[in-house]
Amino acid sequence: MLEIIGLGCVRGERRLFGNVSFTLEPGGLVWIQGGNGSGKTTLLRTLCGLTQAMAGEVRWRGEPIQAWGEDYRRELTYIAHANGLKEELSAQENLLVAARLARQPASRVEVDGALQDMGLAGREHLPVKFLSQGQRRRAALARLKLAQPRPLWLLDEPFNALDTHAVAGVRQIMEDHLTRGGMIALTSHQDVGVQAADTQVLRLNA
Amino acid sequence: MMRTLGHIVSRDILLAIRRRADVATTLFFFVIVASLFPLGMGPEPKLLRAMAPGILWVAALLASMLSLGRLFDADYADGCLEQLMLVPEPLALVVIGKVMAHWLISGLPLVLIAPVIALQFDLPAGSLGTLLLALLLGTPLLSLIGAIGAALTVGVRGGGVLVSLLVLPLYVPVLIFGAGAVDASATGMDASGHLSILGALLLLGMVLAPWATAAALRISLE
Repeated sequence: MLEIIGLGCVRGERRLFGNVSFTLEPGGLVWIQGGNGSGKTTLLRTLCGLTQAMAGEVRWRGEPIQAWGEDYRRELTYIAHANGLKEELSAQENLLVAARLARQPASRVEVDGALQDMGLAGREHLPVKFLSQGQRRRAALARLKLAQPRPLWLLDEPFNALDTHAVAGVRQIMEDHLTRGGMIALTSHQDVGVQAADTQVLRLNA
Repeated sequence: MMRTLGHIVSRDILLAIRRRADVATTLFFFVIVASLFPLGMGPEPKLLRAMAPGILWVAALLASMLSLGRLFDADYADGCLEQLMLVPEPLALVVIGKVMAHWLISGLPLVLIAPVIALQFDLPAGSLGTLLLALLLGTPLLSLIGAIGAALTVGVRGGGVLVSLLVLPLYVPVLIFGAGAVDASATGMDASGHLSILGALLLLGMVLAPWATAAALRISLE
């Protein structure tokens, strides 16, 4: 269970948001909305522990994430705005390296399966620099297929650059995750459209 | 833990193999800078012999600095650095892996080619071994110190110039004792004192630099 209590963040001299509180239960989804520059990415990064909050705290299973240390990172998967793919490596190599580093080793077969599910069949061995923006986003999101044991997914604009077919596929992956008892916090400018038992909407005001 | 270290090193080496031009640039830079001096100073063997240790070390320093830009900047630009910071291991371990790979890619080739360059300075054969040993101890230290500067300037525009201002002063002890060791052995003195200090500095760097680099990365990516 993820608890956010009175979270506040400052960027430079400017206050981004203050007093943000919500609780994410297993199977729950929170959709973070807000205009450009309202602090959506900063909020997600704070939930990852990459950015320090100025006020309030983030609790995971009842303990502040600072107390969890590195072990907290074993509980989450973060898909950032940047895809985190190396242009020189193929999609398959990128996913293999990412899975190993995340301490969730995946076999080539599993990686190829995840890429095929994301509609990248036949392009597994192509260096990422030859893929289009949408295909790169698909490759980045294929990490979710390998990150199923991680309960907490933090997704920054997951639908960016995707076509409607891929969006539907990602929605399906997210719904499966929620029915397994996973938790998702995401930002999106488009309608999330995920059928979840417990969907919350959080509006950040710029 | 060791496995994660291995994964990071093998990842960076694989990337270097895919971008061989980057590795070659550092090496050629070293070779060309070291070769410019004999051309500029004239072929006076005595003069060259006296200046060889200093020139080789300054060239090594500059070449190592040139390659620092690649340590974190590329990973920062494509979002991989963020993912590396979310690896469920201490960040200092990730840094150690990156620094090890950086040394293997840009430091080790330089160490191996240095004795060949030293020949054109007519460095006595007896001091080639000392040169090799001094570089073997000194170049990992350059990578370790350089990583702190590279981490502090990650994502800063024009960071390349800034990193040289930050890092070059810190390279001075390595230069003094590295060149001193080669100088001592070329003039027939015992180089073990210089080498011991280099070794001690390397141990100190191995303990402290990864933590400092990890802290710098956290600040830069806030």
